[in-house]
Amino acid sequence: MATETTPNGAAAANARNSAVVRFAGDSGDGMQLAGTQLTDTSAILGNDVATLPDYPAEIRAPAGTVAGVSGFQVNFAAEQIFTPGDVVNALIAMNPAAFKAHYKDVEPGGIIVVNETEFSKTNLKKAGYEPGYNPIEDEAIDQQYKIYKVPITKLNQEALKDTGMSPKDVNRCKNMYALGIVYWLFDRSLDITIRHLNETFAVRKKRPEVAEANIKALKAGYFFGETAEMFPVRYAVAKAPIPTGKYRKVTGNEALAMGLITASKLAGKSLHYCTYPITPASDILHYLAPAKNYGVKTFQAEDEIAAMCAAIGVGFAGQLGVTGTSGPGLALKGEALGLAVMTELPVVVVNVQRGGPSTGLPTKTEQSDLWQAMYGRNGDCPAVVIAPQSPGDCFNAAIEAARIALTRMMPVVLLTDGYIANGSEPWRVPTESDFEPIEITHASYTPTGEKDDPGFAPYTRNENLTRPWGIPGTPGTEHRVGGLEKANGTGSVSYDPTNHQTMTRIRAEKVNRVQNMVPDIEVQGDEDADLLVLGWGGPYGSILTAVNNIREQGKKVATTHLRYLSPMPKNLGDVLKKYDKVLIPELNNGQLRLILRGKFLCDARGLNKIQGKPFLVEEIEQAIELLLSGEWGDAEALYPVDGNVDVNAQALTV
Amino acid sequence: MPDTPLPTLKAKDFSSDQDVRWCPGCGDYSILNAVQRVCANIGATRENSVFISGIGCSSRFPYYMDTYGFHTIHGRAPGFVTGVKMANPDLDIWMITGDGDGLSIGGNHLMHLLRRNVNVNAMLFNNRIYGLTKGQYSPTSETGKKTKSSPMGSLDFPINPLSLALAAEATFVARSTDKDRGLVGVLERAAGHKGASFVEIYQNCNIFNDGAFVFATGKDVREDNVLYLEDGKPMIYGKDSNKGLRLVGNRPEVVNLDDNGVSEDDLLFHDESNKPMAEMLADLHYPDFPEVMGVLFREERPTYEGLLHDQVDAAKEKKGEGTLEALFNAGDTYEVE
Repeated sequence: MATETTPNGAAAANARNSAVVRFAGDSGDGMQLAGTQLTDTSAILGNDVATLPDYPAEIRAPAGTVAGVSGFQVNFAAEQIFTPGDVVNALIAMNPAAFKAHYKDVEPGGIIVVNETEFSKTNLKKAGYEPGYNPIEDEAIDQQYKIYKVPITKLNQEALKDTGMSPKDVNRCKNMYALGIVYWLFDRSLDITIRHLNETFAVRKKRPEVAEANIKALKAGYFFGETAEMFPVRYAVAKAPIPTGKYRKVTGNEALAMGLITASKLAGKSLHYCTYPITPASDILHYLAPAKNYGVKTFQAEDEIAAMCAAIGVGFAGQLGVTGTSGPGLALKGEALGLAVMTELPVVVVNVQRGGPSTGLPTKTEQSDLWQAMYGRNGDCPAVVIAPQSPGDCFNAAIEAARIALTRMMPVVLLTDGYIANGSEPWRVPTESDFEPIEITHASYTPTGEKDDPGFAPYTRNENLTRPWGIPGTPGTEHRVGGLEKANGTGSVSYDPTNHQTMTRIRAEKVNRVQNMVPDIEVQGDEDADLLVLGWGGPYGSILTAVNNIREQGKKVATTHLRYLSPMPKNLGDVLKKYDKVLIPELNNGQLRLILRGKFLCDARGLNKIQGKPFLVEEIEQAIELLLSGEWGDAEALYPVDGNVDVNAQALTV
Repeated sequence: MPDTPLPTLKAKDFSSDQDVRWCPGCGDYSILNAVQRVCANIGATRENSVFISGIGCSSRFPYYMDTYGFHTIHGRAPGFVTGVKMANPDLDIWMITGDGDGLSIGGNHLMHLLRRNVNVNAMLFNNRIYGLTKGQYSPTSETGKKTKSSPMGSLDFPINPLSLALAAEATFVARSTDKDRGLVGVLERAAGHKGASFVEIYQNCNIFNDGAFVFATGKDVREDNVLYLEDGKPMIYGKDSNKGLRLVGNRPEVVNLDDNGVSEDDLLFHDESNKPMAEMLADLHYPDFPEVMGVLFREERPTYEGLLHDQVDAAKEKKGEGTLEALFNAGDTYEVE
């Protein structure tokens, strides 16, 4: 480790490749804001970044309890990274509950800064500790970690005592005090956060005194780190070698919203986002609602069903209709989605997956809506399903979804998940010319004036089996659509048995022919390996990192990623045939595994984590090792427990 | 677009080539004829007219109109209407629903369509029975009604569509029947109203609930049981135009104008802008009172889609038309060198 002098010359800093910092506190403590600021600052300083917010389902669970703890993890690195990190290098715990919920994730010897003021008898009791016990006085714990006791609440009050603000408002600045300490510890500039505080509070909310107090708290925390001589070392994480260019940090939901606006502009259509608030999809609405100057119209419907129906109505009327939801909402939209399949109308359905079934784990991530997206409707009812692989990829996937929906006249389901929706990463700013326009032709028909004029036939088809898009307001193409089976060609209601079979096959084949817009999958790693690790959606980063780590040990393994779940890429079957073993890590109980087993007769094995949390890289590495060594055995799937994948610890404990 | 004016369309020009498949004698036929006449009378065009329905007998309606049409899913027509209207406010939208579609499975959506004041002509065909599923009781069936699904009599208390529409803040509320000479006029006024108009139409299901509205449609009896509302006019009805409605204290009362001491001036005068009165009128039921026909209530309020487009225009004016370059470069960007 190199030691260098920092610009302010105060203390030496140890260089490190990456740092994983987690802020944890009450859900009202401002941990998400502190984490976001560390992310933004690190990104702008040139690090690669990845984040993992973790917040409770309750808006304000009882203060001080473990149920109410909110966390935000940031990984910033001098190299390319794909995950927010398995283990925490530094934890900021704002109270005993936060400590209790998170300290076990800290690496041995790692840093824990605790807000000592809050470790009172009452708060220890609220956190569920036995009377008389204080974990930060526990020698066993103290030996494992470097614990720094800083009375953050008190020091922050002291620093802001002359501001004239109420004690409540003063306390709301303590997250900035904690952030200041972190900025000192990791040698970060304060400038970016100061600018942000000024813009948010002084300019936008017209409360300069709040901006000033927060900045004062931030600086006080930083100076505490500098002068307290408490921390023996500080750390420096250099710039990452990422391709040059202009960047900004985006979350998955933000990128997805931008992708939808971009698609609407590329298609020359106005975006209508019809939705009903639901965690973790609501932020897409929050991003789009103020974007009206881009021609965006948002409709907060009375429920999920109305939102879906309105989005289809928009498509019928000739514009870009999109609805967004999470699992339970998709269940409600199912019937209307079937109508979009039947009437062959364009609509994009965004499902930000969360833990299920039923209300499940609203704020936690999962990939358990794959079957619902593929099959969760009455009748033979196929739809295109696309799953982005990272926060930034949500942007591209949204454009692809809209392109397919609008040019092929069919619904497209965009399956993201809470992990990539709320996670963030640097995103290279594109330019308009990077994108192909979405070319749309609306149908026209000139009546012949003859008695036997058959009129406009809405269910005729081109080579992709796409029907013409005739829109209201156009003379000549008047027609009726609906949920009753249609005669191919004329679109009249038809109960003809042969026609129904033909139409069912056409609807399936329409989806299949989208394959001509889907790139072949590419295998990364060792082409001649015995094992292929295949993933989809959010686990992309963890899988890639695990495979890279295993390969660095000289072992052979290959990996590939499915962005298109329906239709699947043309070459997928051939790729699967090349490998003796296929491992599918999924955050569900084996949904893609069953599909690939059924479709390709492939003996795929699963690593299935259903804990509301993303994979640890370590878990995937262990699964790969077990398959490579043959210790895996005959199990179709293994489940990690407490970060370990153990073939002998698979029994269902009830 | 050709400059020559389009020929004026006649009622039959709105008729599609599809065979109408309602049961012979169904009240829906006369409503279909009335709507086609209204379209001709108001100078509607085929291309700008969109008929949107849910599921049920009445919801087959769009197939029989040579316009744009969307036969959607059960109870959800209001969602589709809202989407179509947001995307293209210039279209003339008609929504067809029934007592099952609009008040049972779709009750929630109807309420929100009305309060938002989406510019649509909503027609609720009320036959007080489930026809398409062959004769179960509906949300407007009378308590105690014996049907296939209620052999000992229905337990449900019926809902009043007009009261619901008024409570849901509809800006135009009216009623007519499938046999009423006034139906065309009521629908013309509904079409002319800018905002959500709600018209309940008593409709006879001659298969499963024949004669449900005989009191209001029977040649011999209707004039004694139905009061035609006219704005600014006294509330007089009856075969001999000798009955009227007046208020005694705060309660309505039927009076006979032939009785001594009762004159027209004592009667209630209809005022379409008077919502509390509309709510009272909506709640008058046969046989204690005449049931009112015509426009109960009407007010002007900005439409949902109009306000939405205004916000888009205002945002464009304030921030400038959003470009992709601006979108991509919003927020904190930074250079990696």
